[in-house]
Order: sequence, then structure tokens, then C-alpha cells
Amino acid sequence: MTDKNQYKVEQEPFYQLQKNEVALYEAAYRNRLPVMVKGPTGCGKSRFVEYMAWKLGKPLITVACNEDMTASDLVGRYLLEANGTRWLDGPLTVAARIGAICYLDEIVEARQDTTVVIHPLTDHRRTLPLDKKGELVHAHPDFQLVISYNPGYQTLMKDLKQSTKQRFTAFDFDYPDAALEAQIVAKETGMDETVAAQLVKIGGVARNLKGHGLDEGISTRLLVYAATLIKDGVEPRDACRMAMVRPITDDADIRDTLDHAIDATFA
Amino acid sequence: MAAYWKQLDTRFPQMEAVFDDLMAEALAVLTRDGIDAYLEAGRVIGKLGRGVEPMLAFMEEWPSVAQSVGEAALPAVMTLIQRLQKSPNGRAITPFLQTLAPVARRLQSQAQLQHYLDITLDLKARTTGSIHGHHTTFPSPSLPAFFAQAPHLLSQLTLAGLKNWVEYGIRNYRTHPERQQDYFSLQSADARAVLQRERHGTLLVDVEHKLDLYLRGLWQDGDHLVPYSTAFDELRKPIPYYDKLGIRLPDVYDDVRVEEGVVISGLDRYRAALAHMVGHRRWSKVQIADNWSPFQRMAVEFFEDCRIETLLIRDYPGLRQLFLALHPKPAENACDPETTSCLRHRMAMLSRALLDPDHGYTDAALNDFVGRFHAVMEQGVSSTREIAALALAYVAKTRLQSDQFAKVHFDDTVVDYRDDNRQLWKFIEAGDEEESFDEKRKIEPGEEIRGLPPRHYPEWDYASQTYRPDWASVYAALHPSGNAADIDRLLAKHAALAKRLKKMLDLLKPQDKVRIRYQEEGSELDLDVAIRSLIDFKGGATPDPRINMSHRTDGRDIAVMLLLDLSESLNEKAGGSDQTILELSQEAVSLLAWSIEKLGDPFAIAGFHSNTRHDVRYLHIKGYGEHFNDDVKARLAAMEAGYSTRMGAAMRHAAHYLGARPADKKLMLILTDGRPSDVDAHDERLLIEDARQAVKELDRDRIFTYCISLDPKADEYVGDIFGRQFTVIDHIERLPERLPQLFMALTK
Repeated sequence: MTDKNQYKVEQEPFYQLQKNEVALYEAAYRNRLPVMVKGPTGCGKSRFVEYMAWKLGKPLITVACNEDMTASDLVGRYLLEANGTRWLDGPLTVAARIGAICYLDEIVEARQDTTVVIHPLTDHRRTLPLDKKGELVHAHPDFQLVISYNPGYQTLMKDLKQSTKQRFTAFDFDYPDAALEAQIVAKETGMDETVAAQLVKIGGVARNLKGHGLDEGISTRLLVYAATLIKDGVEPRDACRMAMVRPITDDADIRDTLDHAIDATFA
Repeated sequence: MAAYWKQLDTRFPQMEAVFDDLMAEALAVLTRDGIDAYLEAGRVIGKLGRGVEPMLAFMEEWPSVAQSVGEAALPAVMTLIQRLQKSPNGRAITPFLQTLAPVARRLQSQAQLQHYLDITLDLKARTTGSIHGHHTTFPSPSLPAFFAQAPHLLSQLTLAGLKNWVEYGIRNYRTHPERQQDYFSLQSADARAVLQRERHGTLLVDVEHKLDLYLRGLWQDGDHLVPYSTAFDELRKPIPYYDKLGIRLPDVYDDVRVEEGVVISGLDRYRAALAHMVGHRRWSKVQIADNWSPFQRMAVEFFEDCRIETLLIRDYPGLRQLFLALHPKPAENACDPETTSCLRHRMAMLSRALLDPDHGYTDAALNDFVGRFHAVMEQGVSSTREIAALALAYVAKTRLQSDQFAKVHFDDTVVDYRDDNRQLWKFIEAGDEEESFDEKRKIEPGEEIRGLPPRHYPEWDYASQTYRPDWASVYAALHPSGNAADIDRLLAKHAALAKRLKKMLDLLKPQDKVRIRYQEEGSELDLDVAIRSLIDFKGGATPDPRINMSHRTDGRDIAVMLLLDLSESLNEKAGGSDQTILELSQEAVSLLAWSIEKLGDPFAIAGFHSNTRHDVRYLHIKGYGEHFNDDVKARLAAMEAGYSTRMGAAMRHAAHYLGARPADKKLMLILTDGRPSDVDAHDERLLIEDARQAVKELDRDRIFTYCISLDPKADEYVGDIFGRQFTVIDHIERLPERLPQLFMALTK
């Protein structure tokens, strides 16, 4: 039997409550409703899920989805052994057996035919048929499925099927408002609040440019990186360029504009 | 004085009238030897036999020229005058001398002046006409015009820029005296376009995108940025402003060196101007102006400008540095209130003091109002009305009788990144300015334009390695229609060939899913391989770990553009055949179209021919949205040949359509029977090089070009244009067979 405790979240992750999302999530979990977390990159989706797993005291199994992932990567597959074949459970199956929260990160990256395997787990059946093995796994009462995706860089090719979407309750995350975000950056890194507020201001400039050459604004995560560098003694302008501007764009015009914003913010 | 007069040795009465004054100035500026050389040169010019004008010009201009570039420049100038005198260009001497002083002031050194003289000599040598080929007989038509424009040109161009500008004019208009004159007197459109291209400084068009991002990113504002030209308005420099139609900015800003080591780039000057206008748009309220005097309005403008700048700096503290660098710093006692109106000076000082905490001015009233201003601003954002009251109080308090004087102190009082504040004022009573906007403009009933307006494309000039801006005009139109049945008959004629082609086409047709076997990681277990591996394993051998397989989608995603050369030479009979090249092309294109249609690739067909750069025709035969139906066949049937081959422009226009296709691979096939040429291109290489440049451009846009040439002598040039992407078809009668085969080979 799999060791359940290895998936436990031991330390309390720092999570700044934005609205009533924790209470809502708890309600969803009480009723074992599947949850979908949407929002731009680096706004705290994964952190939120981690925090909830810690708060509920449940194991958390995270799967980062990618295009090459197949249904068998989720469910499990036969492996060859000296004496024949052996079945190996995939992460989804493990979660269903031990009663963990299974978190499929960036689900749209997986191909659509792959994501269909989660369907029977997400409705009243709560079962997972392993057709290759000929077994029907009944989900543990504690099992819950959480998926996340970023509607920002949705393309024609990458969208969830309606039949998948309509099996979830959803949270819409966004970057917190400026004051709150400054607080988060300050708390996460121990940076003083005025510098944190300046970082958030530059972040705001990039978010205004979203859709005008930027696919995505500067995320809270990058703000935290910049603050960490500054905390370490790096000159603030250099830190901002390195952590906030260079990663997000190759476009010279946008880079110049953001660099100017940094110069204009740090007098 | 009399001795000097004798030295000059002239009897022009006009000269005599001004001689004393001129000498007084010369004596103040020139050295002893310089005076001798000056008078000697004057004497020589006086004896040229061209009247008093050149002599007067020289005598007036030289002292100030010598001041700018040194007396030692005189021999070089005299050499040029002698060269002009000995050629038919004697008439250009006067304009040359007349503008020498402003030119010298621009150039500031003898070496620079020498460059200028060299450029002039070059221009003279290359534009002076000749009948017999070895002996110049006509004066250069452009030289006097060039001298007249020289100071203006140099105010905007570096010497290198001037050289390029002159070069362009000589190369393109050498054979056309009237146009040459238009160019060098800055009358023609492309003279201005090339001038604009060669200018120094930051052009608005180059940074427009950055400024858009700046407005949107930092200020969440955005508007149309409209450039106005600063090049042709000498007297009244326009000031930035904004109105309903957009934000108006100068078309170019030079970098400014504000002090040692600190340079504000043109881009930052644009940013400062934009930030200032954004401030007005955010925080300024319109005021009714009728009851205020012009002085009061000016004061309100200064105060309001400072208020919004304070607010802008509050948002982005770094802006203070930028504003202060661009804001003039008037010296406290630069203006004498006894003789001059100092109001502007006082306001500029105050404006500086309001923004600069270390202004260092000692005036009590000024400091008092700076304190009051900051006290007001501490309360919040204040308002235009409140700040206007403060401004009026300041004007009242510091008013001087001399403010009414006509002589106004202007030095260091112009803050050039600020707009003209026209949005701040509203006049209830109509002004007495003349309004001529309401007048209906008469529109001349000209010839009605049929079809689409032309698109302009640049053309590559290999000699200068630059583009000629908007050089070729391409008119796109639908090809006229003929009888579709003709094409069907052609296809029927080649039925046997079509059958063979069909077999090849079937092989090419895309199969959507492809299985990839022998993968270590894959989506499925490949049972056959797995069992074989297991057997190996059990048998003690090393098993093959590649036991999985996966799938790959394999689609064909090619957009094709077939560009047909429809020039006159197509009407010739093909060698060894009784058909013309046009007829053979028609058959070949029909077969190709039929093949591509069968394959299902999106494709378009167009023909082109040209009659000078002003009339390049681009004829649509088949669009991407159409199938190979009767409409298309009818157009194909009506194909006709005429005129010349301006290939580059046609390729650029075709790329305009092909580039917009969403396909992975883009292929442009060009079917031609000769070298690019046109009746207005005297230089054979010009259009070849232009076509080569067009191929490079297309390549950059990821369009693959391929040329099918029917010219047996094509080897001489086609490689220069298309590199290795070409085929020459010698047996033209086999074209209908070869063309589809070629296409399939290319896209396999």
C-alpha cells in the first residue's frame, strides 16, 4: 500500500486570503465536489490548493500536465518484468485509492482525449475504470479532484471540452489589488512595504500592456522574485530588470517601456 | 580706408556705398593678413565679370564665415569659385556666396566646410550637361537651388545625411533637368521623403509603438499620435498639443545635452511631452478665459502646468529628474526690468522653483508662492480653479509697469515639452480671428478613379543600398474574363498527362495520422515489439527497450501563389513549336491549377505587367477564396500579354496576399520568360537587384520563392535573383507537363 503520509503538506504554506475563497472551498470539499481554479500565471492558484490541503489535513498529489501526457500516465500502465507484466498505478489512481486531493495543474496542456479519463471520477459515480487491468476503482471517500488552468493563453487548440468544464465548480483567481499584493510581497519576503508597493506599481504597468504585445502581465510570483533579489542586496533597478522584465518579453519596445517604468518609479 | 579701397580695386558704386561699414566689421574680426587676403579675394571676384552681386555677397559674408571656420578656409572657397567660373555654372557663384555664412555657422570647422565644398563639387561635376560627351556645355540645373537650400538642409542633416540626399537626387534625376530642379529646391515629394529619412534625431514613426506602450502601460491612456512637421516651418515652431483627433507631437526630437555628460534622448523627450499631456487630460478642467488678460492666462498656464507635473511626479518620482533636465533654469537676474518685460522670466523661474526643491532663488515673493503652492498641493490634488486663483494672486503681487513693454525677455523661458494648453481655455465670445474653415472647398471634377487606388511599394536601389520610398505604384484589378470552355478544351487535350499526374497526386495526398513505432516512451505498448523484447529478455539477450509507439498528425499545410509574367515577350512563338509562349503558359497553368485543386492546397493565381513605375498592373486570376471553377477558367482564358516586367513590385504585392495566409509553409511560384525590365529603367541591373531584394524580403517573411524561367539565356541573371531556387525550362513545349511535376517535387 502506498505511503499516504508522503503526500501530506507538513508546513503551513503562506496564503493571503483575498475574499471568501477558503470558506467556499471547504464547502465544496465537504460535499466532495470537483473544483477548478482559473487564473493568470503566478497569481497563487497552486499555493491556494496547497494551503487548502494543509488546512484540511489531506494528502495532495500534484500532476503537472503536458502535451505528451497520455491517459495511461494518469491511470497507470503495465510494465514489463522478468516474469511477465506488472500493473503500476498512475497518480490519479493512487489518489483515488488513498483518498488524496488530486491536483492536475495546467490541465489544458494535456490533450483533450487524455482529460476524458477523469470524467467518471467527477460525477456521482466517483469511480475509475481501469479497462486494461479489468478493475473498477471506487474512489476513497476523502478523494477530491482539483484542476487548474490559465484562460489567458487559451488558443484555439487549447481549451477544455464543455463536457469537462461542466463537471467542476470554479474559482476565478486574479492578481490581488495593489495594496493587498504589496502586503503579500512584503510578507513573503520580509521586504518593507514601500519597496513592495513600488514593485507592485511596475507590475501594474506590465498588466496594462497585456494584449498589446504581452501575453501575460508580471505575475505576483515574479514580484516576489524581484523582492527576494533586492532583499539579498541587489540594486533595485537591476533586480527588477532581471526578475520582472527580461523573463516576460523579447520585444525591444516593451522592454524599453518597462525599463523606463522602473526608472520612473525608483526616483 | 582709402588704401583698402585702392587694394580692392573696383569701381562699382554699390560697393562704394557700403564699403566703409563692411571694412569696419572686417577689421574687428580679421587679422592683418586676413584683411589682405579678404581684399584680394574680393578683388578677384569683382573681376570675374559677373557684376556686383557676387562681390557684394562675398564682402558681406566672409567676416562671419571666417569667424565660424577660420580664415584659413579662404583658399578652398576661392578654388570652388574658380571651378564654378570655369564651368558653365558661373551663375551659381552668387547663391553659393550668399548662403555661405549660415552654412559655415552650422559646420563650425574647416574640415567640415571642406566636406561641404566636396559635395558641391561632386554635384557640379555630375549634373553639368554636355552635348558632345567630353566638354560640358549646359549649366547644372540644380546647383543654384541647392545653394539656396543648403542652410536649411544642414540644419536638419548631418554632412553624411546631406551627402546621401544629394547622391539620391543626382542618381535619380540626372537625366531630367526639371525634376532635378524640383528635387534640389525641396519641391518634390521624394526630396522631402529622403530628407526625412536622413534626418538626425529620433523620429516619431520609429518610436510610435514604444510611446503607445508607454501611454498604455504607465498612464492607462491612449490616443492617436499625430506627427507635425518641424522641418518646413521656420518662423513659428509648432508646439505639441492635443485635441479630439489625437495627440500632436513633432515628427522628430533631437537628443539634447543638458549639461556635461547628461544627455536626454529624443525618446525621453517624447515621453516627457506625453506625460505632461496625460496630466492635463487627467487633472485639468477647462476654464473660461474671457475675463482674464493674456498675462493672467499665461500665469495660470504656468501654475497649472506645475500642478499637474507635481501630480505626475507623485505617481512616478523618477519623472522629476526628466522634467528638471528639460526645464530651463533661468538665471535670477538675467532680465532687466527697467528696459524689458520680465513677466515670462519671472514665470519661468517660478515654474522651475515649483518643481526643483534646490532652485536657489532668493526672491521673497517667489519663495512665498512656492510655499503656498506646496501647502495647497499637500491637501490633495487641488484643482485648476484653486491653482488659477493662486496664479492670479502671484501676478497681482509681482506686477511691474515694465511688463507691458514690447521687448520681451524670452531666453530660457520656453519649456518645450509642455503643450500649448489650448484645451485649458474656453472663449464664450467668438474671437475676431479670421475663420476660413467653413468655406466649402471646391473639388475639381477630375477623371473618376476606376478600381482600387494604387498601393505603393519601395524599390531597392543597389547603388546606394537604400530603398526608394514609395517608388512603384501597383494597381490591383480583376483579370478580364473570356470563355471558360477554352480552358476545359485545353485540359481535355492533355487528358493523358492528367491521368499520369493524378497517380502522383494520390501519393502526395496527406494521411492524417502517422504511427511512430520503436519509441522508448509512447502512448501505447507496441505489442509485437514488446513480445519480441520479452523473448530476447527471457533468452538472456539484451532486450530492445523501444517497445512503445505513438502517433503524429501529418497534415499538409501549404499556401501557394502563382505569379505570371504577362509581358509583351510572351507573344513570341516558342522555339520549335507553332504555339506562342502565352498559349503554352496558359495550358501549363491550367494543368497546374487543376492539380493543386485536386490536392486541396489553397492557392491563388495572378498576373502582372508594368508600364513604368507609375503603372504596375497586378491582375487577379484566382483568389484563395475561389475554387478552380468556370469564373477562374474564364479569366485564365482571357490571358493577354503586353508591356514590361517590373518583377519586384509585383512580388511584394503578391506577398502582401500570401503573407496573410495562415499556412505553415508559403510558396510563391514565379513563371517568367525574361529578365526584369521596364521602359523607365535605364540601368539593366537595377530591376534585377530589386527583384533579388524582394526575394530576400519574402524569405524574411518565411515565403519560399521559386522561379520557373522560360528564357534560355536566363542563367546569366536568374541565379543572381533567386539563388538556387529556380528552374530553367528549355523545351518550352514541354511546359504543360513540367510545371505540375515541378510543383509536386517542390512540395513533396
